[in-house]
Amino acid sequence: MKRQVPLALCFVFGIAMIFTRFSPHSVSQWIYEEVISWVLIIGPFALVLATVTLIQTHTTRIRRRTEHWQYSLVVFAGLTIMVVIGIRFGPQDSIFEWLYNNVQLPMDATMFSLLAFFIASAAYRAFRARTFEASLLLLTAVVVMMGNVPMGDFIWNTIMSWSPWADKVSEARQWILDNPNLSARRGIILGVSLGVISQSIRIILGIERSYLGGGD
Amino acid sequence: MIKTTQWIVVTLVLCLSVGTAFSQGLAPPSSVTAMDTPNDDGSSITIKWDAAAEGSGISGYQILRQIAGGDLEEIGELLPAGTTTYVDAAIEKGTAYAYIVRAVGETEATVESEQTAPVKGTGEWFHTGKIPLFITMLLFSAAIVWNIYSARSGKDIFVRRIPGLEAVDEAIGRATEMGRSILYSTGLGGVSGVATIASMTILGQVARRTADYETPLRVPCRDPIVLNVVREMVKTAYLEEGRPDVYNEDDIFFVTNSQFAYAAGVEGMMLREKPAAIFLQGTFYAESLILAETGNSVGAIQIAGTDSEHQLPFFIAACDYTLIGEELYAASAYLSREPMLLGSLRGQDWGKFFIFAAIILGVALELSGISWITTFLQRVS
Repeated sequence: MKRQVPLALCFVFGIAMIFTRFSPHSVSQWIYEEVISWVLIIGPFALVLATVTLIQTHTTRIRRRTEHWQYSLVVFAGLTIMVVIGIRFGPQDSIFEWLYNNVQLPMDATMFSLLAFFIASAAYRAFRARTFEASLLLLTAVVVMMGNVPMGDFIWNTIMSWSPWADKVSEARQWILDNPNLSARRGIILGVSLGVISQSIRIILGIERSYLGGGD
Repeated sequence: MIKTTQWIVVTLVLCLSVGTAFSQGLAPPSSVTAMDTPNDDGSSITIKWDAAAEGSGISGYQILRQIAGGDLEEIGELLPAGTTTYVDAAIEKGTAYAYIVRAVGETEATVESEQTAPVKGTGEWFHTGKIPLFITMLLFSAAIVWNIYSARSGKDIFVRRIPGLEAVDEAIGRATEMGRSILYSTGLGGVSGVATIASMTILGQVARRTADYETPLRVPCRDPIVLNVVREMVKTAYLEEGRPDVYNEDDIFFVTNSQFAYAAGVEGMMLREKPAAIFLQGTFYAESLILAETGNSVGAIQIAGTDSEHQLPFFIAACDYTLIGEELYAASAYLSREPMLLGSLRGQDWGKFFIFAAIILGVALELSGISWITTFLQRVS
């Protein structure tokens, strides 16, 4: 019974949501909007549970004095300050906005900026020309990068304007993106789409039930 | 005397207007029809009329609407000349409306069409424009269901080797031998994401093995609902393996729902705890390379899998094994070897065969100047 009820609900709502994709009738659209609303209602309850686990995790770290436990104090300080100001003055308050714009956003931007260095280190490993395939990848990457950056245009169209390759790098880059690259991407997208449908059918029919915790 | 003068003035103005209209050759819009807009929820009526001949002197059209027993009212803006269709989306369901199309000349002269019969907006239960898509979906679903149930007979089903999934045991074994933890990220997707569900099914299989080997399994979550489902899944896996004593609820925890803060949190875990194996399975965005490169720098064996095709190159460059697209969805069948799940993989392959056949046939027909298959596929999309 513990499994049958969720499986039955999954089947009914799965079929209903497929039905709403093919029916423009106001009743089916109402069903769709209601189900989406229910999902949104579950969110805040789950957020409370998540906040409790966050507090439990960091309290345990402070109590046990695990390595770098001091950072957990920073978590509590940030959580307390934002919650108190947000509840007391609202999310439109100038202090709340200042904290968001001058603390959270710069930290997000910093993490995002790290990506540039990670791309460089990953590219160094990926493009080492040890095999024929890696050499081909390196050559392709150089053409695409040179076609993408202003420096590439400057080199090929100004400095190398005498060469027969002038103006050809941008065309080559575009050809690579429009043909081999796009073909490969579409192949992956086709596979993903079929995989999604297959997985959805398994879930709706109750064959795939590991998300319920496994077993029968 | 005054009355006579007024009568003469009014008559002259009318004659002038009519004369102007006739001198411009303004003809009333013809074949005006109003019909319930097909394939909608009954919230609109479509009005159509024939295009005016060239040089008709029409500068635009104004639509007039009348509810039974009510007055005529102008609706919408003045439509440009050349328009032959108008969709009235401001109607009340169940109310009948009649329409007149008024042609407006270049000198503001107007001429009106005949009034249409009253029409009500009615919602359709089935979108007829989606019939090809519906049939395709039915055929593909039927292929999968057929293979699932034919697999129950116990017939052996061949599944090609997927290195990323073969390496799962190797990764868990390595972590166990080194006495270090395993880090499993389900990505940024919510619980309704199919990739997240696929990731959780892999996690269930990983949890069974870590329960057997008593290897710590750490799962930082970004979505509160995913957190609760994952806790339940892992707990059940440990119970079914007979090792509830090894399960530690604190190892599955919420980090934050902010994308880069999550990346920073997981990255910090990697650097501090130095897990021996890292699983990055699910939906990832820009943080994919941050996580994968950090995992690489701590020397962990990394198995990634995502359906986000833009992130795949990053995972391929930085991870030891990568499940590409559909392999992520095949994981639960591959790892569990359950016949019914394997049957669905064969059904999926039938779908792929059908698509490839359609592509090859479509190319051949297009080269021969026949384009019906292209038209059909465009309708399906």
